[in-house]
Amino acid sequence: MKRSRNKLKLAQAHDLPWVSIEFPSSLERAGQVGEEILAACRRHHFNDQDIFAIKLALEEALVNAVKHGNKLDSAKRVRVQYRITDQRADVAIEDQGAGFNPVELPDPTADENLCRCCGRGILLMRAYMSNVVFNPKGNKVTLTKFNENCPTVPNAAIG
Amino acid sequence: MAQEPSRLKVTKVGETVQVEFTSRKILDEANIAEIGEQLNAIVEKEDRPRMIISFAAVDHLSSAALGTLITINNKVKQKSGQLRLSDINPQIYEVFNITKLNKLFRIYSTMKEAHESLPSV
Repeated sequence: MKRSRNKLKLAQAHDLPWVSIEFPSSLERAGQVGEEILAACRRHHFNDQDIFAIKLALEEALVNAVKHGNKLDSAKRVRVQYRITDQRADVAIEDQGAGFNPVELPDPTADENLCRCCGRGILLMRAYMSNVVFNPKGNKVTLTKFNENCPTVPNAAIG
Repeated sequence: MAQEPSRLKVTKVGETVQVEFTSRKILDEANIAEIGEQLNAIVEKEDRPRMIISFAAVDHLSSAALGTLITINNKVKQKSGQLRLSDINPQIYEVFNITKLNKLFRIYSTMKEAHESLPSV
């Protein structure tokens, strides 16, 4: 049952175009883009808990792209693509940096790393989103959050 | 030139410095840098800092904010001081739990409990 519902979520989402935004590396602009995506999620009835989660993960991914990926170089751009439905939110964030291998990052929850001031962003993204996928180069992350509280759409049962 | 309003409310109670955030969001990068500087200045001023940071007004944070808190914690420890956190709402506490920083920081439900946990001067 759950599998068929998830299949349906995928099918519906695939019918929609992605919204695409490109901007020069700026934390202020990144914040505005984040707010725009959150507003779309609110319009699509994600609850407060999901909004908290998406906001947290988006902030981490956007700051990573501007600060660590593009090194705050305003000549480099960040590309954000998103697609929000009542069932799911998908956001892809790509920078023009060299990329990285997320597997090589030290575990920030290990006792010896607890006092380190950085390195928790990806842990938080993975904890709060349904799915987090990096491209092989490591300069693009795609975040997905399923809206588990979404009431079944009446037509969804058909077919 | 008008001065920017402080992001922190700082009160001295005996030997203890109580800090409360005046901004609900402490995730914004500019806010974090400013908050970090203000907290740092407080710690620098004290010989053995005794500080309680209340999260009563905070409803969101980020890994950068956590990083700032860790830096302050490290400084307080270097000066053989004491740091307590209080009034963290369940949603924010979950962030501390996921990152296991609830093991690093001493967290109390209320400011009163945090005060009581401090060793007497």
